Amino acid sequence: MSLRGNDLLSLREMSAEDMELVLSTARSLKEILSRPIKKVPTLRGKVVCTLFYEPSTRTKTSFELAARYMSADAVSFSSATSAVRKGESLADTARNLSMMGIDLAIMRHSVSGSCHFLSKVLDIPVVNAGDGMNEHPTQGLLDIFTMLDYKSKIRGLKVAIVGDILHSRVARSNIFGLTKMGAEVSIAGPLTLLPPDIERLGVKAFARPEEAMEGADVVYVLRLQLERQARSLFPSKREYRDFFGIDRHKLSYAKDDAIIMHPGPMNRGVEITTDVADSPRSVILDQVTSGVAVRMAILYLILGGRD
Amino acid sequence: MQLIDKAEIMDNDGIRRVLVRIAHEIVEKNKGLDNVVLVGIRRRGVPLARRLADILRNSEKADVLVGELDITLYRDDLTLRFEQPHVGRTVLPFDIAKRKVVLVDDVLFTGRTIRAALDAIIDLGRPECIQLAVLVDRGHREVPIRADYVGKNVPTSRKEVINVRLSEYDGIDQVVISEEVEQ
Repeated sequence: MSLRGNDLLSLREMSAEDMELVLSTARSLKEILSRPIKKVPTLRGKVVCTLFYEPSTRTKTSFELAARYMSADAVSFSSATSAVRKGESLADTARNLSMMGIDLAIMRHSVSGSCHFLSKVLDIPVVNAGDGMNEHPTQGLLDIFTMLDYKSKIRGLKVAIVGDILHSRVARSNIFGLTKMGAEVSIAGPLTLLPPDIERLGVKAFARPEEAMEGADVVYVLRLQLERQARSLFPSKREYRDFFGIDRHKLSYAKDDAIIMHPGPMNRGVEITTDVADSPRSVILDQVTSGVAVRMAILYLILGGRD
Repeated sequence: MQLIDKAEIMDNDGIRRVLVRIAHEIVEKNKGLDNVVLVGIRRRGVPLARRLADILRNSEKADVLVGELDITLYRDDLTLRFEQPHVGRTVLPFDIAKRKVVLVDDVLFTGRTIRAALDAIIDLGRPECIQLAVLVDRGHREVPIRADYVGKNVPTSRKEVINVRLSEYDGIDQVVISEEVEQ
């Protein structure tokens, strides 16, 4: 299956070959970001629309810059200042936008599965920029791209994902992507924040981060999603920090050359200490640059060529 | 449709002799090699640019910088093609501003690749001049472009295909004319 003209909704549904194609294309496109003139004419005349029903700084900006660097026009729609406030439904909003000649829709929404729903409503390709607790496939791809920057191959790589697995679409996309490409993924978090059947996805689950991080090449720290905690799933931020916050001591369980990743935005002093976040082993800011290159590749692969 | 080889235009020695001549013409035209850089157009222009640099290293005792240019993102037929071309890497380990850039490619045909390469180069800076070296010019230009250095002019029909095979990719050095035949 090719990406051209198709949706990108999840890494669960994406083949390893398509993921490799995105990664190798992004590898070529990354060079454009270091040019004095950051623009190639490839997607001239194409229009992409970002629909964000949830706050975002990184992902939205990253998609819009990726589109502009490829010479596509990017328009954005944010729920806070639109007719959504007047009660317009998602399907109606999207249909209206597509009637204005948009070639691709990029959506973030708090409801899991909303991008799949949108893809059924619209004839144009839909890219998932995060749907509820389901997936954030472009984040998964940019994380794998960043790991490849430092670790050269994914097969056999030991990746420890620590934190709020239950609410994390980032964790799910990483788990689907990494296991498909042959990494060994272990996860750790408070028992209340670990989905009960998570090991069926091909990962090893641990109650303590030290166990998951034993011999890890990559330590992936998740954001504690305070806004998604409807009920108390852990006693306090301080207790979370003591047991699951990644500090220098816990990090000593990972390999000496392990890299540290985080999808942002960070709660410094909660899930990660400032000295770890800012240490030379932290590649958190590289993830941001990778994100633009990976999204340029995705836009090129979906929109380039004839329908 | 299948491609069959009709005639060999150049063999290993033929390609080498042509490159030696082009290398000397580059020196002659530029009155030396000051600020001259070679930029190979992916894929087969790249090994040709490296071979020219090797020849110049031996004959002129000069190290000429070599870059690699991928023009996929600048093609004018991206939205017309069914198959999606793979995006290769552009690697120019030098600033092209004020350089004399010699673009190197295997075959000059419609000129559209070179048109794309000119755009790609100019997006990277403003060279002093841009010249073009090709192993084979087969005619049928669709844009007003000509080469400064031509290995061999080969009149062709549009049905014919010029296949440049280089040992770096194909295990053999050879230029052949092929033609599509109905099976």
